[in-house]
Parts: sequence; structure tokens; C-alpha cells
Amino acid sequence: MSIWEYANPVKFMRASGAVLPWVAGGAVVCCVAGLAWGFLTPQDYRQGATVKIIFLHVPAALMAINGWLMMLVMSLIWLVRRHHVSALAAKAAAPVGAVMTLIALITGAIWGQPMWGTWWEWDPRLTSFLILFLFYLGYIALWAAVEDADSAADLTGVLCLVGSVFALLSRYAVNFWNQGLHQGASLSVAPGERMSAVYKYPLYLSMLGFFLLFLALVLLRTRTEIRRRRLAALLARENRA
Amino acid sequence: MKALLWRDLRLAVRAGGGFGLALAFFLILCTLVPFGVGPEGGTLARIAPGILWVGALLSCLLSLDRIFALDHEDGSLDLLATAPLPLEGVVAIKALAHWLVTGLPLVIFAPVLGLLLHLPGPAYPWLVLSLALGTPALSVLGAFGAAVTVGLRRGGLLLSLLVLPLYVPTLIFGAEAVRRGAIGADPGTPLLFLAAITLAVLALMPFASAAALRVNLR
Amino acid sequence: MSLLAVRDLAVARGGLRLVEALDFALAPGQALVLRGPNGLGKTTLLRTLAGLQRPVAGEVICDPDTLAYAGHADGLKPALSVAENLGFWSAVFGGAPVGPALAAMNLTELAARPAHMLSAGQKRRLGLARLAVTGRAVWLLDEPTVSLDAASVGLFAAMLRGHLGQGGAAVIATHIDLGLPEARLLDLTPYRAMPGRQADRPAGFNEAFA
Repeated sequence: MSIWEYANPVKFMRASGAVLPWVAGGAVVCCVAGLAWGFLTPQDYRQGATVKIIFLHVPAALMAINGWLMMLVMSLIWLVRRHHVSALAAKAAAPVGAVMTLIALITGAIWGQPMWGTWWEWDPRLTSFLILFLFYLGYIALWAAVEDADSAADLTGVLCLVGSVFALLSRYAVNFWNQGLHQGASLSVAPGERMSAVYKYPLYLSMLGFFLLFLALVLLRTRTEIRRRRLAALLARENRA
Repeated sequence: MKALLWRDLRLAVRAGGGFGLALAFFLILCTLVPFGVGPEGGTLARIAPGILWVGALLSCLLSLDRIFALDHEDGSLDLLATAPLPLEGVVAIKALAHWLVTGLPLVIFAPVLGLLLHLPGPAYPWLVLSLALGTPALSVLGAFGAAVTVGLRRGGLLLSLLVLPLYVPTLIFGAEAVRRGAIGADPGTPLLFLAAITLAVLALMPFASAAALRVNLR
Repeated sequence: MSLLAVRDLAVARGGLRLVEALDFALAPGQALVLRGPNGLGKTTLLRTLAGLQRPVAGEVICDPDTLAYAGHADGLKPALSVAENLGFWSAVFGGAPVGPALAAMNLTELAARPAHMLSAGQKRRLGLARLAVTGRAVWLLDEPTVSLDAASVGLFAAMLRGHLGQGGAAVIATHIDLGLPEARLLDLTPYRAMPGRQADRPAGFNEAFA
């Protein structure tokens, strides 16, 4: 039993159908628990109540980047091994990732207003996320524009590869361009804690919640895409017969 | 290969719109900016490097969809794909032709437009150098966008959406070099980055563009 | 020794198989005329033979450097003259002289005229003259006689016969009689792909999910 078995649409539908309710349930539980716990944390002595937005901001930002990474891996699998499900999974992940990016941007702006005194600052991190959002938009638009599904999968796959390189390149170029106000990484595996445990554990929980939410949405959307493809295929066959 | 380059250049000259259009657009853009931000020389001088680079970038964008669309419409692209030329070579040559028709005139005329925008004196050599180093990357990346969107209806708009994010690093380093030149700082680092991006893009993007073209020709 | 052979070939368009289990071989001097109703897959088959798209199953055995493809569009640039258009393709394919090709399709007098001033039939003749400057052995022709008058069809048949006489070969999708008694006819109707038959490799998204 290899992992490629799930590249078969029928097997994928069966397995994902079985897993989806659990993932969705886990997402709800973890998100609600993490956000509620986060809401009950004490106020930060410097940032006050605004600190609590990190329980939305950080997980969304995390999934925004991981969403693109997933699209990259799925596109590679499609381009190399021609598994149709992986192309559809990449297609399904794009809007979810784009929304995550948007959440990260908006929560960042809401937090930045009282903290930095401005809704928008051309800070490297914010700017990179804006650029990432543009890449998501282009990717989604390309999927929508190409009529033939195989060609769309190929073209978006190539775009995703090129876009990944340039998104990374833009990240460093933007760093070079403006040093920025944004605080450093909120979480770090390196010794020397940056964040107190009061905030850390609820943050971990909501990160898990967002991850499960992302997974559930992508699974759901992939299943929808597969059904849509199947419908199109059956219609096409009908027309020819 | 040489024949293809000559044909593209000849078409650009004869069909019109090639050489002149991008340049005229660049001129109009640089004329409009003072209307938008006001005529104070100080303000203009400060934003001139950015305006000139953004202007060059947009002028370049204007003619991108013609790189492959015309050849796709009249069937030449099918014939070129079955010709003894490698498709990667075709892409590179067509990007080169695009650069000669739009990028090179921009490089040459940018200093004149710099005058209009009160670009400080020490910045001129860096403006020319940075555009000369950066515009080939714009053409090659644009050829990629054109290859991806060839044959699509409403391809032009999509093309801008796909290509402009790819232009971010080039724009940042290009404009930064001019800005440093304008204030008398050393523009060496951004220029080196700019050259590195252009060289990497020249070496790698034709393969991605050719792959996209093959998909679109199926 | 055949110039072009296909073995158990299946071709697809839009992710659906059109024609399958196709076998034929073409020796020097032979021509194959493809017949079949519209939408059966003649164009797709020719594009697959030309290497523009991949076969879904089976193989095309040939040297890709012996193929010359001529599709529905002629690949002409309206701003260039007849001679310049042809000269470009001649240069791309290795520099065969343009004169004989122009003469063969009766275009010599139009050599200096820009392509946008040609009639549809004259454009087609120029598109066909391109084949002569490619110097390639196997011509893949998709409806070559569209918008040609009877005299021009005769010119084209003569050019084709000359090509076959020099050891060339051709695959032609056409509905009219070219006056080539030596050409073999291949009706594609019996090779039409049967929907629903289990395929070991799906042709694309549509078949994978059907």
C-alpha cells in the first residue's frame, strides 16, 4: 500500500470522505478552544488587549505560507507524476490560502493601527504578504481562465514553480528595500523565550485549529473539484455518444 | 535563429506600434506624474527614480501580449514549434526582439525624461546602467507571462496580473540603485543584485516559457 | 524502411480519446489520405504526428526532423512580402532556394506583394509553397485545398506528386479528390474510440474521472 494509491480519485474520495468529519470536528474544537482560551489570557503590559489578535494573526499567516507550499508540492507531483487528484488539490488550496493571507493582512492592520499608529506600513513582512496575496490572485485567475483542465493544471503548475522562486526572491528584496517595524518571529525554537507561556499554549492550540481548518477546507474543496470534474467528464461522454 | 530575430524586428518596424508606442507611453506617464504630485522640483527629484522605473516597467508591459499572440493567431507558432529550432531558443529570440524594440529605446531615452522629472545629476549614469541591466529581465519574464496566457481570451489583463508580481525584485533593486546614485551613495550592491536576477532569469526562464508554450499548443 | 509509422496509436482532444488502435506505415513515395466525418479527430491525429501533442497510447515512429506540418492557418505575416515570408521559413529550415517553390505554386509574379494584399486562395498557395522550402520528407497536411480553385488544386497535386517522386511521403486530411491515384485512402471511422472502454492510461482529466 503506497501513498500513491490515493492518487486514484475513487480511493481518494473514499478515504477523504471518511477522514473529513473528524478533521472538521477537530478544527472546530481546536479553533473554538484556542480562541476562547486566547481571549481569556491576561492583557500584555505593553500592548494591552491588542495582543490577543495574535491568536488569529499568527495562525493565519502560518497557513498562508503553508498553503502556498502545499500548492507547490501538489503542482510538482502533478507535473512529475501526472496524478490528477494532486492538481485538483493545488487548485482547491489556492482560495483557502488566499483567504488566510487576507486574514493575516487585515488582522495585522487592525493590530497595527493602535500599535504603530497606522493602518498600513510598508514593512517588509506586510509587504511580502501583500505580494504573496498577489501571487495567489494570479494563480486563481489563471485556473479560471484556461478552459482545458489538463492545460490549466500544467500552466498553473509551471506558474506555481516560477511564482515560488519569485515570492521568495521578493521576500529578500523587500527586506533589502526597507528594514521595517515588524517584530521578529513570535515563536522560536531557539533558547531564550520570546513569549511567555501564558500566550504560547493557546497560540499553539489555535495554530493546530487553523491547520485542521485549512485541511478540512482543502479536503472539502478537493472533493468538490473531483465531483465537478466527474460531472464534466460524464457530460462530455454523453455528448459524444 | 537569426532569421527569426530579423523577421520580428522587421515586423515591429513595418507594422508600427513597436518602437514608438512604448516610448510614447513612457513619455506620457512621465508627463502625467507632475500633474498628479505637483510641480515642485524637490518632490519630483525625490520620486524621479521610482517614477522612471515604474514607467519603464509599465511601458514594457504594454507590448508583452504581442510577443506570442500574433504568431499564435496566424499559425506561425505551430510551424515554429515543428521547425528545427528549439522552442527555448524561439522564446529567447522573441524576448530579445521585444527588448530591442521596447527595452533598449527606454534605456536610451530615460535620461531625457529624467530631466523632465528633475532627476539629480549624479543619478544619470546609474539610471542608464540600471535600466540596461534590468530591462532584459522584464522582457524575459514578460515572455513567460505571454507564453502562459497565449491563446486565452482576455489574456491581456491576466498577463499583467501574472507578470507584475514577478517584476517586484527587479523594480526594487533597479529603483534602489538610481535612488542611491541620486543621493551620492554607492549603488554597487543593488546593481549587482539586479545583474544577478537578470542573468538567472535569462538562463532559466526560457525553459519555463517553452514548457508553457508547449502546453498551450496542444 | 518506412519514413513514418504508427503503432496502436490513440489520440485525444480535451481529455477524451478520439481515434485509437491506429496502425499504418508510410514508405518513401507513398501518400495517405485521411477520411472521416468532421470532429472525428483528423486534425488531432495530424497534430499528434507532428509532435505538437503527445499520443495517449501507442507510438509514432519517425525522425521528427523529417516532418513538415501545415495546419489550417498558413503562418503568414501580413506586413511581409510573399518572398520575405517564404524566405523566412526557408532560412529557418536550412536555406532551400525560394524561387522553385514560388514557381511551383505560380506565385513568382506576386513575389514582391505584401501578404495582406493576397486573396485567400493566394495565401493558401503561399502556405503550401512553404512545404517545398522545408526540404523535409514527410508532409502532414490538414485540408490543404481549402479556398483553392481547380487550377490551383492541380498545381498543388503536381507539386505533391513531384515530392512523392523524390522519395517523399505525405499524410493528407482532405475531402476532395486530389487526382492522386497512387494515394492510399484511410477511413478513420472504424478507429473511432469507444467511450467507456477501460483504458490502462487515462487520456486526461475527463477520462480519469469518468
